[in-house]
Amino acid sequence: MSVGTIPASTISRQSRLPGWLRSVALLRESPLGIIGAFLVAFWIIMAIGAPWLAPYDPNDNDFDIGIIAPPSAIHWLGTDDQARDILSRIIWGSRIVLTIAPMATLCAYLVGCAMGLLAGYYRGWVDTTLMQVCNVILSFPVLLLYVIIMMKFGPSALNIVVAVTFVASPQVARLVRSQTLELREREYVAAAKMRGEPAWYIMLVEILPNARGPLIVDACLRMGYTAITIGILGFLGLGLRPPDPDWQLFFGGVAEKDLHQGARKHDRVV
Amino acid sequence: MVKFFAKRIGVLFFTMLVVSFLVFVTFEFSSGDVAVSALGQFATKDQLQKYHEENGLDRPFLDRYLSWLGVVPDHKNKFSGLLEGDFGYSHLWRTQVNTFIWDRLRNTTMLALIAFAIIAPLSIVLGVVAGMREGSAVDRVISVFSTITTSVPEFATGVVLMTIFAAGIIMPVMLPGTSTLDTGGDWSIASQLVLPIATLTTYYLGYLVRMVRASMVEVMTRPYVRTAILKGLSFPEVVVKHAMRNALITPFTAILLQLNFLFTSVVVTEAVFAFPGFGRMIVDAALYKDVATVETATLFAVFVVVTSQIIGDFTYMLLNPRIRFS
Repeated sequence: MSVGTIPASTISRQSRLPGWLRSVALLRESPLGIIGAFLVAFWIIMAIGAPWLAPYDPNDNDFDIGIIAPPSAIHWLGTDDQARDILSRIIWGSRIVLTIAPMATLCAYLVGCAMGLLAGYYRGWVDTTLMQVCNVILSFPVLLLYVIIMMKFGPSALNIVVAVTFVASPQVARLVRSQTLELREREYVAAAKMRGEPAWYIMLVEILPNARGPLIVDACLRMGYTAITIGILGFLGLGLRPPDPDWQLFFGGVAEKDLHQGARKHDRVV
Repeated sequence: MVKFFAKRIGVLFFTMLVVSFLVFVTFEFSSGDVAVSALGQFATKDQLQKYHEENGLDRPFLDRYLSWLGVVPDHKNKFSGLLEGDFGYSHLWRTQVNTFIWDRLRNTTMLALIAFAIIAPLSIVLGVVAGMREGSAVDRVISVFSTITTSVPEFATGVVLMTIFAAGIIMPVMLPGTSTLDTGGDWSIASQLVLPIATLTTYYLGYLVRMVRASMVEVMTRPYVRTAILKGLSFPEVVVKHAMRNALITPFTAILLQLNFLFTSVVVTEAVFAFPGFGRMIVDAALYKDVATVETATLFAVFVVVTSQIIGDFTYMLLNPRIRFS
């Protein structure tokens, strides 16, 4: 029964490489991982090289071609409802999605992990209080929260990060808490307690790394959902201000005209 | 056990109170005026003033909140608040919230529960099957499938499904493209629910499948699974009896979180299919500054959120006897 075992030869071959290369080499184990890595690398290159790679200024209107033009040799992906080149807007937009989505997820994880660990580890009144706070935020319909934050503080990249952190951290907290509840009963936690380790050490060094599996999956998928959420915020008129080229602007008329671009853009998101 | 539930039901009512107060405060301090929404941009000051007076909006903030709760009389000197079973007046729909909220609640509950009843078991089965043999062909297929369905946003999924099944271009029209839940046409309610539920399932299934799979993969490397295999238990027995129980704790939280989400935040799917549910109602009411509607919807949301946490904690105890809530 080969349950999650790596052939010994692979291990010895990899151990000669420096640490970070070894983790890159692990990718060879998974064809899916390689495809994903290429997709991510592709978009990172697009984002960095946007000024050189984008064929047009993302805000230039090409009224010679007209609005909502189909793909052509001049505009590879056609033009949007304001006669702007869609390809250029996707390339420039990748900058915003690639910075905001990971930032927002990271912030949500910092807050959520802290809350979840404290609640699950100490339990009792700490648990009750923190989970109360989470329940309050969770009871607020997600989009209403976005609407409130954006209307109150105005749309900007920072506020989108704040909004996503605010909305996502209770969900992360619940996930971490459920893991912590289980892991705190483990033998190695008991051993650490016997050694007299401080609580923060047990939480951060003993419990959190052992909870990582589902959290990594959640973080990755959450990044994708965040990118889509940024688009939905734009759809509701609460995203970044129009001159900023991000992917949201395609969502507005997605039902009628931009379906193909909409779907294509998001192929890479997760 | 009785204490466990009693305490949490107490918490439920307390949370409802806190949330309802917070919603009121948020509306109080956010920009916009419901009178402007109701009378239009060009209403004169006097007209706005009159609207405020007629609807008791000129009273102090606490007065309005407490009369909505039903502990002090309202501007017509009548006790008609939450405690009396009256959810208040909706400025957006220009009628009492009670008159339309139950229909919406029924629609949303129906949509959320059916979608949940499909998503939850399906994600557990697919996740366990994929995770029990990491890297196998089945695992690869399920992983790729779930990544793709999750990457396509729900409005795109919705429109694609609509184009295939309801537009009559690719296939003959098999299902209705909207689900207004109006039985006046030729389509039954059940047929109207198919596409929205398919959309929700496609979009949210992948996330849960991957959560269950990740957890399962990890559990399968634990020593007790190896022991169970080595002592000669059959593979299905190892998976069901030893691995699944431990692998389901964290995904279970994620699965229950989906219930909250399905209940309050399926705005996009509701918009695509013109479904008369909670999500769109809340966003519309919030943008209109219609506080009574949002308050009422939020109260139901609190109920779902807190109940899902109670179910979660109770299930952790069942899944892992070492977890105890004193």
